Amino acid sequence: MGCFVTAFLAMTDGVVPPDPEGDVMVSIHRFLAVLLVSLPLLATSPARADDAPDPFIGLASQNFDIVANAVSALAVSGNPQAGATIAAIEADNLYVDAADDGAPKILIKQGDAYIDARTGQKAADINEDDVNSVRVNNAVRRAIEAAKGGMDLFAADATTRTKAAEKVFTSHDAAALPLLARAIAAEKDAKAKLVMEQAQAASLLTGDGGSDAERIAAVAILRARGDVESKSLLQSLHDQSKPVATAIDAATSSLARIEQLWSVLQSVFYGISLGSVLLLAAAGLAITFGVMGVINMAHGEMVMLGAYTTFMVQEVIRTHAPGLFAVSLFIAVPLAFLVSGVAGILIERCMIRFLYGRPLETLLATWGLSLILQQGVRSIFGSSNREVGTPEWMSGATQWGGLTITWNRLTIVIFAAIVIAALMAVMRGTSLGLRMRAVTQNRRMAAAMGIRTPWIDALTFGLGSGVAGMAGVALSQIDNVSPNLGQGYIIDSFMVVVFGGVGNLWGTVVSAMTLGIVNKFLEPFAGAVLGKIVVLIALILFIQRKPRGMFPLKGRAVEQ
Amino acid sequence: MSRVLSSRSNMGRWLRSTALAAAALVSATAMSATAHAEDTIKVGILHSLSGTMAISETTLKDVMLMLIDQQNKKGGLLGKKLEAVVVDPASNWPLFAEKARELITVDHVAAVFGCWTSVSRKSVLPVFEETNNILFYPVQYEGEESSKNVFYTGAAPNQQAIPAVDYLMNEDKVKRWVLAGTDYVYPRTTNKILEAYLKSKGVAAEDIMINYTPFGHSDWQSIVADIKKFGSAGKKTAVVSTINGDANVPFYKELGNQGIKATDIPVVAFSVGEEELAGIDTKPLVGHLAAWNYFESVKSPINTKFINDWHEFNKKPNRTTNDPMEAAYIGFNMWVKAVEKAGTVDQTKVIDAMVGVAVPNLTGGISTMMPNHHITKPVLIGEVKGDGQFNVVWSTPGTVVANEWSPYLEGSKDLIADWRHPLFCGNFNVVTGKCGGASK
Repeated sequence: MGCFVTAFLAMTDGVVPPDPEGDVMVSIHRFLAVLLVSLPLLATSPARADDAPDPFIGLASQNFDIVANAVSALAVSGNPQAGATIAAIEADNLYVDAADDGAPKILIKQGDAYIDARTGQKAADINEDDVNSVRVNNAVRRAIEAAKGGMDLFAADATTRTKAAEKVFTSHDAAALPLLARAIAAEKDAKAKLVMEQAQAASLLTGDGGSDAERIAAVAILRARGDVESKSLLQSLHDQSKPVATAIDAATSSLARIEQLWSVLQSVFYGISLGSVLLLAAAGLAITFGVMGVINMAHGEMVMLGAYTTFMVQEVIRTHAPGLFAVSLFIAVPLAFLVSGVAGILIERCMIRFLYGRPLETLLATWGLSLILQQGVRSIFGSSNREVGTPEWMSGATQWGGLTITWNRLTIVIFAAIVIAALMAVMRGTSLGLRMRAVTQNRRMAAAMGIRTPWIDALTFGLGSGVAGMAGVALSQIDNVSPNLGQGYIIDSFMVVVFGGVGNLWGTVVSAMTLGIVNKFLEPFAGAVLGKIVVLIALILFIQRKPRGMFPLKGRAVEQ
Repeated sequence: MSRVLSSRSNMGRWLRSTALAAAALVSATAMSATAHAEDTIKVGILHSLSGTMAISETTLKDVMLMLIDQQNKKGGLLGKKLEAVVVDPASNWPLFAEKARELITVDHVAAVFGCWTSVSRKSVLPVFEETNNILFYPVQYEGEESSKNVFYTGAAPNQQAIPAVDYLMNEDKVKRWVLAGTDYVYPRTTNKILEAYLKSKGVAAEDIMINYTPFGHSDWQSIVADIKKFGSAGKKTAVVSTINGDANVPFYKELGNQGIKATDIPVVAFSVGEEELAGIDTKPLVGHLAAWNYFESVKSPINTKFINDWHEFNKKPNRTTNDPMEAAYIGFNMWVKAVEKAGTVDQTKVIDAMVGVAVPNLTGGISTMMPNHHITKPVLIGEVKGDGQFNVVWSTPGTVVANEWSPYLEGSKDLIADWRHPLFCGNFNVVTGKCGGASK
């Protein structure tokens, strides 16, 4: 460590004081400044850290700037405990014991015990009342990141090095150039090397150094990288020499075109993802309302029951089998289907079957039921939101060209496709599906053929409700799990089913995707509020022209 | 014929059931009337216990019941027991006015503690002014109001929004601002004030992005992507969020998923407290900020006692406390003190006695009711921690006096409120010297 620092410092000599814009940069400057200060100490006696001023002392401060400086100092102190201590701050496990008048003890908490951060030995006689956690704010966190970024450029793992290079790219500080040059020279991994070169180009352009040819080459590297950050970095450059300015102009206009293309694709993805959410919410309704013709205002509450089932599953897993958390959603899906499905069958048996053919009464009765269910859940689980965790594999995002695709949205798109495929398979390929279609198309004839129509009604309603329950599992990942969850989706669900054409599953799919994509294209221009209004008005006009939706059912079944 | 018969029998059934319901209602009222002896002081609690706002308001109902219970254990007020009258306006704004009138004219309550959203407050305001009763309003709001009959114990914009923006500007060197809010009166007015304030501090118009979303908005993908793009222009960017209620959870989830960290683009929220964070995994949100006048994590003996009492009252050892609860606590104690000072619950006398009443707040200081019917409060900035609590990173050295009329808005910069005699006016124009004049 000491050796690396010395080499690094030799190279950072004569650095122009960079402008203090941006906080990541400030942290890096702080990091570098501390390096410079600690140079003589380290150079003369790198092995004897106890001669240096105690780098831990600043951590005990109440002042965030002092803590941040202490972190940077610690990172370069060469102290063997530095890595563990910085990791402990990040994990909220570093404490200060201010009991004595002398130097405060810095403690790392491990379980219930404390370890002295300076020595790594177990600390005895700690009075819990005197122990406070080290004060951390965003400035300290940035110092931690910068410290780790500088250290990580030479980490053993190529992925860590790539990430560190990305950090340097974002902060694009000319002071980092010598460090980057050294890292590039040592780099073997192609991807890490590429990112380091991009970081080098960005840092070079931000500073004043380099010949015109070098700067133009740097512009080309950024142009090849082609993302939003590269473009905004290029745009922020002013007062360049003529050939460089020309190259920058050409690069930015080409990047702007690429960005526009990507942003269209990005909107399409957002639209598909919104469409899948709508589709999931509406799929159950496409059965109960679309196929059976029951105006079920309690549909949203079936979704909510599914979400609460997910919550319960996760609660049980958390207390009894934490290892299963990653697959909690797979367990929740069939359970949610069962819970909502059984609830649906009960509702059909106890209420809706008395109301067939009376849509107005059905509407009012199911609306009342929805209020009862909401209040019931509120009484049992409380009115506040319940926390449903997202498994690790569904968190975060991936970059695909200029597209940002979040894992949870992608999972929901795939899940919606599977649910719809399964639903269609059930409706078309199973004898239950056949009976369902028979009963809904011609009840008397179906009864005459020996089908127990009331039982089929109950099962159909149960199937629709069960699908709503599965939608609840998906929605628990992106929305609140609260008693009001269903309310937010009921209007949208009806809109999707009516727009698609009542009784037509394909219509529901097309309609959900259309509404999703149109919404997402309108949002940037019209804003979220106006966008929704525009869609609603367009929909009303459309229904005026085509009252049966996009794909109306044809044939005698319609006449019923 | 048969149709007539059936309809008549239907009618009969309907009449019967209505009569039954009416009888039940009458007997219920009668029972409650007999149960309420004359020697109690009734206190109205007007918080939604069902509908969209139940998530936030139920807690305030519970804390009021706890405070009334505690006061009764201390011997009540003026030698009488306090009695809570709880009604449920069901998140339905016109129903707030009806229920308020019911509390005042049927139950004859001495004061009402209630409302959360500004629209519900605006809806009950005429009722309180007409009947000359008292409302204690415990939530941070957009200001631009001062009524003789309302005591505002939540924060005005200069006690929450402006210090938060100052903090980001000074400590985090933020140069570019996203003002994101739910589309209704509080975010719109607050953002108008903030926009004027930022411009007065030299922020250019192109460095401010304003975005409104509907209530309960759940698809934040493109808006969060826009924020990310807006923040990548090379200047330090922050989001000032007046997003309310249920929309917050999907918003923060999307922020976490798209990888926007507090160290890159911090979000400071005015409507997100401990209660709202209870529904989210806060690990990806560590470092995002909230500005309030109270956090559960504040260490003071009085706060520790309050939290213990709260847990004991609810029999739930992990139920969180939050800022509006503190405001309800301060409001109730101020009312008790003013009633003791006036020696009566008569509203006119209590209103006069209220100004100048000072009670301890939960952060270890003293809050005072000012002549503008707003209270003095400290302002705290907290960063979200991994356990769903806040870590206070900054606070005002003392308490801040509320600006009920914002000096940054054209329409209100010349107005002041002073409910002391002889001025006794909620919108006195210092330029024209008239009460009730809007400023020009």
